[in-house]
Order: sequence, then structure tokens, then C-alpha cells
Amino acid sequence: MPFVPHTEQDIREMLAVIGVDAIEDLFDEIPAGLRCGDLGKVPAGMSEQAVTRLMSRRAAADGEPLCFIGAGAYEHHIPAAVWQIVTRGEFYSAYTPYQAEASQGTLQLIYEFQSMMTALMAMDVANASLYDGASALAEGILMAVRSNRKSKSLRILLPRNVHPAYRHTAAAIVGSQNIELVEVPYDEAGGHTALESLATHEGEDIAAVVIQQPNFFGVLEDVDKITDWAHSNGALVIAVVNPIAMALLQPPGRWGAAGADIVVGEGQPLGVPLSSGGPYFGFMCARQQFVRQMPGRIVGRTVDRDGRVGYTLTLQAREQHIRRSKATSNICTNQGLLVTAATIHTALLGGEGLRRVALASHANTRALLDRLAGEHIRPRFNRPFFHEAVIGSALPWSQLLGPLYASNLQPGYELAQDYPELEDCLLVCATETKTPADLDLFQSHLARVIDEQTTAGCPVQPKMA
Amino acid sequence: MLIFEHSRPGRRAPSLAPATAAAVDDIPAEFLREQPPALPEVSEMQAVRHYTRLSQKNFSIDTQFYPLGSCTMKYNPRACNSLAMLPGFLARHPLAPVSEGQGVLACLYELQEMLKDITGMQAVSLTPAAGAQGEFAGVAMIRAYHRSRNDQARSEILVPDAAHGTNPATATMCGYKVREIPTDKQGDVDIEALRAAVGPQTAGIMLTNPSTLGVFERRIKEIAQIVHQAGGLLYYDGANLNAILGKVRPGDMGFDVIHMNLHKTFSTPHGGGGPGAGPVGVSSHLEPFLPVPLVTRDGDEYRWVTQQERPQSIGRLSAFMGNVGVLLRAYIYARLLGREGMHRVAEFATLNANYLMKRLQAAGFDLAYPDRRATHEFIVTLKRQAKQQGVTAMDFAKRLLDFGYHAPTTYFPLLVPECLLIEPTETETREELDGFVEAMCQIQQEAESNPELLHEAPHTQPVRRLDEVRAARELDVRWNPGA
Repeated sequence: MPFVPHTEQDIREMLAVIGVDAIEDLFDEIPAGLRCGDLGKVPAGMSEQAVTRLMSRRAAADGEPLCFIGAGAYEHHIPAAVWQIVTRGEFYSAYTPYQAEASQGTLQLIYEFQSMMTALMAMDVANASLYDGASALAEGILMAVRSNRKSKSLRILLPRNVHPAYRHTAAAIVGSQNIELVEVPYDEAGGHTALESLATHEGEDIAAVVIQQPNFFGVLEDVDKITDWAHSNGALVIAVVNPIAMALLQPPGRWGAAGADIVVGEGQPLGVPLSSGGPYFGFMCARQQFVRQMPGRIVGRTVDRDGRVGYTLTLQAREQHIRRSKATSNICTNQGLLVTAATIHTALLGGEGLRRVALASHANTRALLDRLAGEHIRPRFNRPFFHEAVIGSALPWSQLLGPLYASNLQPGYELAQDYPELEDCLLVCATETKTPADLDLFQSHLARVIDEQTTAGCPVQPKMA
Repeated sequence: MLIFEHSRPGRRAPSLAPATAAAVDDIPAEFLREQPPALPEVSEMQAVRHYTRLSQKNFSIDTQFYPLGSCTMKYNPRACNSLAMLPGFLARHPLAPVSEGQGVLACLYELQEMLKDITGMQAVSLTPAAGAQGEFAGVAMIRAYHRSRNDQARSEILVPDAAHGTNPATATMCGYKVREIPTDKQGDVDIEALRAAVGPQTAGIMLTNPSTLGVFERRIKEIAQIVHQAGGLLYYDGANLNAILGKVRPGDMGFDVIHMNLHKTFSTPHGGGGPGAGPVGVSSHLEPFLPVPLVTRDGDEYRWVTQQERPQSIGRLSAFMGNVGVLLRAYIYARLLGREGMHRVAEFATLNANYLMKRLQAAGFDLAYPDRRATHEFIVTLKRQAKQQGVTAMDFAKRLLDFGYHAPTTYFPLLVPECLLIEPTETETREELDGFVEAMCQIQQEAESNPELLHEAPHTQPVRRLDEVRAARELDVRWNPGA
């Protein structure tokens, strides 16, 4: 019996203490007509060895492609120490730190995490994390509506160049609270949110403006101007940022005259593997004055009865287990283990290490664009970018991708599915994990495939064995 | 000591970061950061030692008995971790083509199929990232269902007063008013109150069965009938699924929509507060509304089902697929157990709970529902001790830490005064349970002879009781040496 330690003797003696004859008798309060039969679709149990074989085969089936896809999830080197410590049983198999005295490890770590995130974002306060970047944006929008006392409206300006999956997630989560997400178009040439497109909303009652930096296309936004515009119109600013980028770029707390009000984003680049999309973690920072409107857990530093420093969950009166239907959110967990990884990762790299990762990633993407640019491939937007860019192709990507996948190359994310107007555009990203040889391989495979396509009509001759 | 306090300017772990050009020339200065962030500057060994030491300040399943009611703190098999972390799984980008992902998609598809069978539901979506997000998805589907029928008057969700706080919080997030239903003396839902509460305004009811009171809701069929007759739907909170795995299925009880907590029933790690996974299951009339993405199979190939194919879907709840790494751990756990193992989960979780309950009762502790069977958990009330010895459930909880036991859940459910909600799980040995009983008895003796020992507990932890009032009033949530 996997993971059940009882011997026959244990069972006999325990049943005797309870005063029943069989384990089955313990289920006598369940109405007989409801009892289920065998679980026909659950296969028979397997040994650890057999499961190891099965899973190894399946993991191998997912291949080891050369991947240039970013689009909100980024391949970065993770130091070996990070996950060796994260998977220590004391972190891995602990629960939420409700018993603070017996959870000082997790609690202090979250306090350090909050300190790191506020330092990176130049903000006052941070929470202990949310599910992922997209759901963090949804929570950020709800928080902005609660926090903005100047505005009576439920309108949020949400630019079209914000990650499409974030926009869909926000719509799904905030939709039932009558919040209106108003799309703002991007500049055709630059890919950024031009001040002119915001100006059409001048004088309207708006609760908040969302700005993603860099935006989904990798393009840098004029964050200072947009922040000042939002504030002068009585709206709060919700920043969506990549934490690695913030080691290099101006952090949200310094945007415009007053800084952003709420900051959210995807924490995955800080020590979390790609893993088909999760588990990742969303982070959230804010100005001090909004801390009581924040969703999720927050750890505070305090003292014990002897005056010793200790850490505890605080401001719990915002949360569902106390406030129930009046809570700031229904969330109860954070993404604890991923926050553990991010904290250790950030401690190991430090500000300078993160900055180097940002610089090296940007330099690689720049080098990739230089290699690819030519007759068939050109950058789509003319603005400064960070570590990710949109390239247009004279040929449809739908024809190129298949042969590239077959060459074990994942060249980027095809934008047409979310942006019909960007048909034939691909979002590419080369992080610090790529070598010049990898970039050469991308270039040569692409050249070959384009060549095959432009000489269409000439079927490829099979090679002689 | 904080990691920041180990920091010295210029100290690095150089092999971990790329060597690179010192600056960029193609990003204008206006976009660049002026001041470097105040992050720790430490060596690799300093960081490893610091976080290893921090880990040692935690209680965990791997080190202690952790009978935290409603949380199902059972052993997290190590194989589930190491196999979910195989390089092929970790390296796969969420937007990689499905042709490069047949391995992970096969696991997810088979997990969906197993969960359908285990719960008796028609279809499952794995995407919710946690129980609370599963609840959100479930209630959002109830709302979408009524709207699709142009039934706009349904504005209320019914929630028993014993429910988890997430239930009413979720109903509010989905735009509903919450109406509480009282519990009767035996711990069941008050059927007459329910009858009086339902009507054309009822969108649905959110129920946990077994309930948070540690008892099975015996009149569940009748409840289902009352709610369905009023046109409402039944939502099953899967927090306590461990108690009934392979014994009775929510679908057979009459539930229309459910969520499961894979971090409880399927033994994925709690990780100090996450990540979890909260898949949702539905009966056929709610299937069009399931959150995306789902996994499907065409012939021999697995692929995602997206919003285009499911125009009525409530949408997506995160940027990608949810917590895939957690889902893989649950899948591996399910394969290790197999169908026989699933049945045994409920059997031995229930055996352990009833044994522990009887032993504590025999030792003189008061049970909240002495006439009922325990399910996988039960409630001890210390109301008498509070009155006679002036010691509270919190005092008992803190003193248990000194004996090397994590405290049970305290002060939940709110209905029972001075309560301890105790869930031993199926993976504990009888010796461990006996040791816990002995500790409780000794603490009871201390309560009678030297209650101060309890008021001042814990005595053996890295810190004593913390000043929570100060933590909230003089809010200090980040390291700020200048302040």
C-alpha cells in the first residue's frame, strides 16, 4: 500500500479502540445508494521504478529544442543552488506560516522577498506574491478601483500592446464586477502607446491606466509621459514589468513626477523554470497608502515577548479567512515555493548579476536581429526595445514555422493569432542562455527554409543514402 | 539576521551571471535606471548557508507530524518531485508547439480523465492555479450558465456558516450576494432554513462534504433536490475530497460543479503556502463554460483546446496553462497509487482520524460532535478548559509546538468555540498518533497544575509569541536601513 504504513496488527488494534469490526463500518454515515464502485478509468498502481521509466520517456518526448520564444516566459540560467535549497523538505513540505513561531524560515524569507521586490521596483510595499503575472494584473485592476478615491468610474485604459493573455485573464476575472476595460491602440510605426491615443480620453473619469514596460512587443514605452498624463487626469497607474528588465530600466517607482501606484508582473524570470507555463508567481508592489487595499499575504517584522525580532503574517483583516465576503480577494495561498526560488536566485545574483543578465539578453537579441535582417526579414517597429523584438517577414510565418520546428528550432511567437494586423510578424527573444553559435544556427536554418520556400515548385530531392 | 545584513559592497558570485559589455548603446538614457537596486551582495556559500539555516526554522511534513485540519498534510512522495523536474519537462516553453510537448500533454490528458472518474463529473479543466481560483472558475461558470439561459434574476449564492472563508469571498468576486445558511446541532445543514432561503434569486449553493465540521452531510440528496428545484446549481468545494476518495463521488451526490485541491488530496507539496492546483469538474450542462486551456486528443496527438473552440468559456485564468509542474506531481502520485491506492487513501485517513478521536475522547477531551463518525478529520473543543483553567485553544496549539507537533487548525470553523480541527491523514503511523495523544494529555495536566506554562508557550522555538498588534500598527514590511 503506497504511503500507508499500517500493519495488519495496527489495523486490528485500531479498529478495536474505535469499537468497529471493519474499516468499511467507518463509512456508515454515507447513504448506501451513493457509494461508488471501482474507479475503472484509474489504472492499477505502479512501482516507483516503473513510473520513473514512464516519466523519463515522456520528458524525453518533449525534446531539447533551441527556443527563441519569449512572450512572457523567459529562459534564464538558474544557479544549481536555487532548486536544491527550494526542494529541502523544510521549505517544500511546510504549509502556510499560520503558526509563526514554527515558520520563521518561510516568514523571514518572504520578508526578504518583499524587500527585494520593493528595491527592484522602487516601491514602498510588496505582498508575498499572487498566482502569476496575468492574474496579478487582474488583482491590480480590482485594487486600483478600490484605491482610487478621486474616481467614481470603473473604467480602466488597457493598451492593446499589453500581453494578450494578460488582457484576456483580466477580462475573465474582473468582468463580473462591471469593470470596463477600454482598449488603447498602439502606434503603427513604433509599437508603443502614443500620448495622442490617450489624449482622446482626456477629461474622462478613468480609474487607472495600465502600462507594460517593455510592452508585449519588447518596445519601450514613454513611461514618464504616460504616468504624468494619467495622474493629471485623476487616474492611477498600474505598471506591468519584467523583474529582470528592472535591473537595467527605470523602475516604476521613478516613472514621471510621482511614480506608478501599483506594480505587477510575472516573477518567472527570477529563478523559475519554463515548465510549460507554471507554476510561476505574480508579484505586486504598491505605494504605502494603498497597502490595506492589497490582496494576498503580507509579512511584517515585529518582536516577540522577549523583544527578539520575528516575522509574522500581518494585516490579515484584509483576507478571506477573516473578512469572508468583504475580503480584498478570495486568494489564500501565495506561490510560496516559487517565491523561495526567486529570493534565493536574487540573493545569488544580486543587483549587478541581474543587470548583467539583462544586458547579455538584450545584446543577444540585438545580435540576432542584426544577423536576420535582410531582404526577407526586417524589424517591424522603429522604437527602442528591450531583449525582445517583432520581426516582419516577406513570407508568411505559417509556411516557415513547420520546417523550422522540424529542425529543432523554435524561432519565436507568431503574432497573427492575437494581432491579425500583424500577420507575418514574429516575436523573438534571445536571452543570455544563447551563444553566438545558437544565433548562427537560427540564421542558417531560416535562410535555408526561406530559400526552400522562394524556390517553391522545385520539390526537394531526397538525399542519396 | 537578514540576507541584506550579510551584504558587502562589491561581493559577488561571479560564476552565476554572464560576463558582458558594461553598457548598452541602443537604449536611450531616459529609459535606463539611475540608481542600482539595493539588493544583497553575497557569496554563493553565504547565500546557501543563510537559506539552509532559514529552512531549519520551519516545521514541515518531512520533519514533524502536522495534523492541520482541512489542509491534508500528508507525505509528499519524493518521486513526484524528482520526476516532475526532469529536464524535458522543465525546459519546455509554454508557447512551444504541441508537437514538442506530447509527453507533458499526455500526462495532463490522462490526469483529466482520472479526475473525471474519481469525481463522477463529465469534464475537467486543470487550469485553475489554486483552490480559490478553482472556486472562482466554478462560480463564474454558474453565473455564465444562468446568463446563457437569460435567467438574470439569480443574484444570490448560499453558503453554510461553517464554510471556508474563500466561499463567500469568491461569491462576492463573481458579483453575487452571499446568504448564510445555519448548521443544525448535529453538524448538518439546517434543511428547514435552506428551504426558506431558496427561491428565484438563488444562483447556487457552495458546499463542502464532508463539511468543515469533520462530518459527512447525510441529507445531501435532499439538499440537491431543494436547490435544483429552485433552479439553482450545486457547487462542491473539494477541500475534503481526501475523506471520500473512491467511496462516494461528488457527481453522484448531485453536484453540478466542483473544484479539487491537488495539493491536498493528490499530495503535491504545500511549499510554505503554494503553489497549489485547483482543477474544476462539471456536469454536461456546464461543459461549454469550462476555463481554457483544456487538453484534448485527436487520434494519437494531444493538443490544447482554446477559446476559439469554446466561445462560451469563462476564459483564461492565467497567462498560460496554470501550474503544470504541480499537475505533473499529482499525475505521478495517481499513477503510483493506482485505483486500489485511491480507495485506501480515504480508508486509512478515516481510520486514523477515528482512532485519534476515540483516544482523545477516552483521555477526557470533549468532541464537538461526539455522536458522529469522524471523517478524515474531527473537532476537539477546549471550551471547558478555557472556563475552568483559563487556557485557550491557542495556548494548547503553541504548547504542542514544544512537543514537536505542529498545531491543529485553531479557531476554524468559527462555529465551535475554542476548537482544534485535527486531520492526521493516512500516511501517519499509529505510533505517531499515540505520541500526539500523550502530548495532549501532558498538556492537559500542565493546564491544571501550571497554566502559565501554556500561556507562555512556545518555549523551544526560534522566537516566542509575537506581537501581532505591533506588526499591524507599526507596519514594517521591507528592509529599510535608512528608516
